Amino acid sequence: MSKTVIEAKILSQDCIATDIYSMVIEAPSIACEARPGQFLSLYTSDSGKLLPRPISICDADAEAGSIRMVYRIAGEGTRLFSALTAGDTIRVAGPMGNGYTLLDKSAILIGGGIGIPPMLFLAKKLEAKKTIVLGFRDEEFLSDEFAPYGEIVKASDAGNIGFKGTVMDAIREAGVTGEVIYACGPTPMLKAIQTYAAEQGLLAYISLEERMACGIGACLACVCKTKEIDDHSKVNNTRICADGPVFNAGKVVL
Amino acid sequence: MKTEVSIAGVTLKNPVTVASGTFGSGMEYDEFFDVSKLGAVTTKGVANVPWPGNPTPRIAETQGGMMNAIGLQNPGIDTFIERDLAFLSKKDTRIIVNVCGRSIEDYVEVVERLADTNADLLEINVSCPNVKEGGIAFGTDPAALAKITKEVKAHAKQPVIMKLSPNVTDIALMAKTAEDAGADAISLINTITGMKIDVERRRFAIANKTAGVSGPAIHPIAVRMVYQAAHAVSVPVIGMGGVATASDALEMMMAGATAVAVGTANFADPTASLKVVEGIEDYMRRHEIEDIGELIGCV
Repeated sequence: MSKTVIEAKILSQDCIATDIYSMVIEAPSIACEARPGQFLSLYTSDSGKLLPRPISICDADAEAGSIRMVYRIAGEGTRLFSALTAGDTIRVAGPMGNGYTLLDKSAILIGGGIGIPPMLFLAKKLEAKKTIVLGFRDEEFLSDEFAPYGEIVKASDAGNIGFKGTVMDAIREAGVTGEVIYACGPTPMLKAIQTYAAEQGLLAYISLEERMACGIGACLACVCKTKEIDDHSKVNNTRICADGPVFNAGKVVL
Repeated sequence: MKTEVSIAGVTLKNPVTVASGTFGSGMEYDEFFDVSKLGAVTTKGVANVPWPGNPTPRIAETQGGMMNAIGLQNPGIDTFIERDLAFLSKKDTRIIVNVCGRSIEDYVEVVERLADTNADLLEINVSCPNVKEGGIAFGTDPAALAKITKEVKAHAKQPVIMKLSPNVTDIALMAKTAEDAGADAISLINTITGMKIDVERRRFAIANKTAGVSGPAIHPIAVRMVYQAAHAVSVPVIGMGGVATASDALEMMMAGATAVAVGTANFADPTASLKVVEGIEDYMRRHEIEDIGELIGCV
């Protein structure tokens, strides 16, 4: 009996790009436990919307007891979150999931779109040499905050930010190298990274997303196919919320 | 104040359990509260062998509820007994094991494997709308329902609860059929078959196309069906379908349910079932109810 849903106070909320918000909440119990790659379950105030929304942790300050989340409005639930302001409260549980395995190897951090925020927390915590690759559609956000942590390579679909194309295009064109990849972003991007890592013989940790119901590993809604039989499920399926969301790219089938 | 109820000779310390599939085997929820506080834990359906379930997306939210087509993914009876039952055995609560299968033989195999375990009650899932074989095929045809009930009863050591589907025209007939075939209790409702289309992507929201709708939105339908079923049979009825609060649970009991299961509400609040237990006790104090039995079927 260690987990609990808490009523957290919102310390700040800012719109930082089109439909992208940065919310900081007061949650000391979560902040001291949180690791990069983990997420929180946020519950809406609308009793007609029952399911918690899984939102990645962008930063956790154990001393201040605060957690920062940067999220995109993806539907009515996240729209409700975006309307909250400092002083309001929100029901939240976490930290959920496993998080990234932090290795002492030169790393390539890859964030695509709303997969960028969790990379910031990782960049802060990972002590190894890092190259940070950020992919945008056509609007840049959060990239300045990565500056202290490593070399930054940018890509955009529209071509207005950094290299025109995908993060993989940018990695090839800029000649980015490293021993381990950490990634979060849309599935096509993760698939490309999975293939690239296999070709190059690189270790890669990717963070997956799927529609979740319970968020704690009980309902088996958010599963991903696995190459080997999963130890918990006894089939070729693993629970993204409880056994992930971060997986060794070599172990999952996208 | 007496909160105990009895299902086929098995005493539950309070009338609250959880709906199969929403609570795993209780391990994950036990991190939020001591599941021993529930009258019983009803496990996710278990088959004779591991089942991989359906492709994703498996769920979607709907107004006041959700829909799912998990497809009865489960680790199979061997792992279930070793891991899940071992966990529940350490808890001071009754164990209701939900059993699923593709054929009568599958169900019988699981039921026989459970004979010498400490499962208290067996709930036979003949109402899952999300698997092609088995499941609902048994639960929508009275003859098939009678046959599987008889076969399971012939092999079961524990009392048998038949879990009925709401996707039928006459629920009273199905309840009576199960009782006549030997069911020791019935539970209802499973989810109501629905469909959701993602208009932006012009695709089904759920990979399985159809899915079972649950949550508060379906509660009045469930209350009606529990009422009809309870009036058609003399065996106990476990009521479920959109129960989120003590008030919802009491409605079910007043409609005729002896016990009540909290389902989708567990997702909205991991402690929802505990709050229902506490809320019922509070209600009994406020209304000076000595024995919860007074409320069963009181309307």
